Amino acid sequence: MGVRDLSCSLAMAEALGEEMERDETIFVLGEDLVAHGGIFGQFRGLPKRFPDRIIDTPISETSIVGAGVGAALTGMRPLIDMHFADFITTAMDEIVNQMAKIRYMFGGQAKLPLVLWAPDGGGIHAAAQHSQCLESWVVHTPGLKVVTPYEPADVKGLLKAALRDDDPVIFFQHKRLFNWTGPVSEEEEILIPLGKACVKRPGKDITILTYSRMTYECLEAARELAKNGIEAEVIDLRTLSPLDFDLIIKSVKKTQHAMVVHEACVTGGFGAEIAARISEELFEVLKAPVVRVGAKDVPMPFSPVMEKFVLPQVEDILAGVDKVLKRT
Amino acid sequence: MNISNEEKIALFKKMIEIRLFEEKTETLYHEELVPGFVHLSIGQEASTVGSCSALQPDDYIISTHRGHAHILAKGAEPKYMFAELFGRTTGYCKGKGGSMHIADFSKGILGANGVVGGGFPIMVGAGFSFKLRKTKQVGMVFFGDGASNRGTFHEAVNMAAVFDLPIVFVCENNMYASTSPAEKMVSGGSIAGRAHAYGIPGYITDGSNVLDVRAAVQEAVDRAREGKGPTIVETETYRYKGHFEGDKQKYRTQDEIHTYRMNRDPIDRFQTQLIEEEILTEEAATAIWDEIRASIEADAQYGLDSPLPEPEDALNDLFVNP
Repeated sequence: MGVRDLSCSLAMAEALGEEMERDETIFVLGEDLVAHGGIFGQFRGLPKRFPDRIIDTPISETSIVGAGVGAALTGMRPLIDMHFADFITTAMDEIVNQMAKIRYMFGGQAKLPLVLWAPDGGGIHAAAQHSQCLESWVVHTPGLKVVTPYEPADVKGLLKAALRDDDPVIFFQHKRLFNWTGPVSEEEEILIPLGKACVKRPGKDITILTYSRMTYECLEAARELAKNGIEAEVIDLRTLSPLDFDLIIKSVKKTQHAMVVHEACVTGGFGAEIAARISEELFEVLKAPVVRVGAKDVPMPFSPVMEKFVLPQVEDILAGVDKVLKRT
Repeated sequence: MNISNEEKIALFKKMIEIRLFEEKTETLYHEELVPGFVHLSIGQEASTVGSCSALQPDDYIISTHRGHAHILAKGAEPKYMFAELFGRTTGYCKGKGGSMHIADFSKGILGANGVVGGGFPIMVGAGFSFKLRKTKQVGMVFFGDGASNRGTFHEAVNMAAVFDLPIVFVCENNMYASTSPAEKMVSGGSIAGRAHAYGIPGYITDGSNVLDVRAAVQEAVDRAREGKGPTIVETETYRYKGHFEGDKQKYRTQDEIHTYRMNRDPIDRFQTQLIEEEILTEEAATAIWDEIRASIEADAQYGLDSPLPEPEDALNDLFVNP
């Protein structure tokens, strides 16, 4: 089997198509899926292949997500298209009080094989209500698995794994990665287990923990650092819940320095959780406090000049590294 | 609609089982054996039993915070329900749910739901599942007058109508959403009337008459099963007890409760009818009450005798694949 380059968008469509072929209980519910294969083309070709199983709904996010829960409880494996991750706000009861809790509060009677697919992230000048990264809200809710891939191969492998998982998975995919292209194996049965992070670049001087789109910026920053003789280890967490803390421990023990980079705003972000856990479990190992880099704590402004300022850039990551290493 | 005498007696027995379950729960709650909140539906038995009797065993219901009756009417066993109310390991949810979250998926009970209006979208999804799997199953959503004002109601009814989903929306209008009278909070005069906005049938039925409810709901269930889409059935009913046990009920008079109880009690009415139609004798009716009372006592005792969970059991059941 060979390898070819695929975009994240095509990797997603390929994964979903293969899984729908394999398992006829998988279906897709969401808005504006059929006419153009989804507003980002993420379902390209699938409505024709599976005419009854890619279903356009009214604009009713609350009911779309709730319907995912009901379908999962009664023998189906729905993929719910959230249109924009920002709109999970309109279905928070369905996500937080229903999807996350039904199995637990009914004593494990039910299983909820469901994927909530949510395109997130800024940098496309879509302003405050179409640019957010809201992963920390759902990570904070026990009962949900949370996936945040970067590479096209991971999109494919993780989506396939998520569709085969018997628990609800919130699958965030960054809008600025849809056209990001990378090698994807031609083999069908490539599944990436949820809860396994990946070292994108080995290094000995500092561990940079990141996920989703910021993996790109972190790798750029690592290349810059290398010019000055600093070898950063960049880890793409890939899934936030379950979290591969074993790999984090292993890396931080080696580098003794850590930082977390995400696109979501800093305050209350997932970086705070990781920083706290590293401090709790590796305090003796650390040579400096864990630094967080994320978006500034404002809603995403529209004007590209301001948007760029709010979003974390390579320079911000370099400044963060500097802050860590200077404390040593 | 023809209902056999045997089935009439079964409806009668089920209403008594629910009444006695609720009364026993009330007693045990005041003896501090039931932790947390308890919402009783005494007075609403005809609405619930009439509705569930129109369903098949593999049909689904979803219930509310006031859900004991729906769950019993769909076939759950009182002893495991009591055990759940007491937070025991033998309870339906191993003590993780309690009064507001009892489910028995093996009987098509998708659970009582603590969020008012939380059940509508979930049943829409079950409706898609029936359609896609090409079964002839029907889903029934129980809700109150209060939930008819949630956005979930309107989204779900619209979506069910658009896709002709096999769903029956049963509104048990007991006249009060917690402390708020329906006549002050529900626009348009009725909840069934809202059906017309979505182009589906809506019926109002006497919620104190089990056969009236059954007839209206049966029509809706048949329609759903034939693939003709959803219906709203509104049952006019009344709860004798407060919104929750301990509710001071300043929003209504004792007189009002007394009047309903004396004139429109669903079980009294049906018992009188069965005796008048010579389907039952007074003695036979008394024997039924006694027999069910004894069995409810035994079921409650089963719950009380059941073991409490280990505290660490709280960490189980979150994921299928942790």
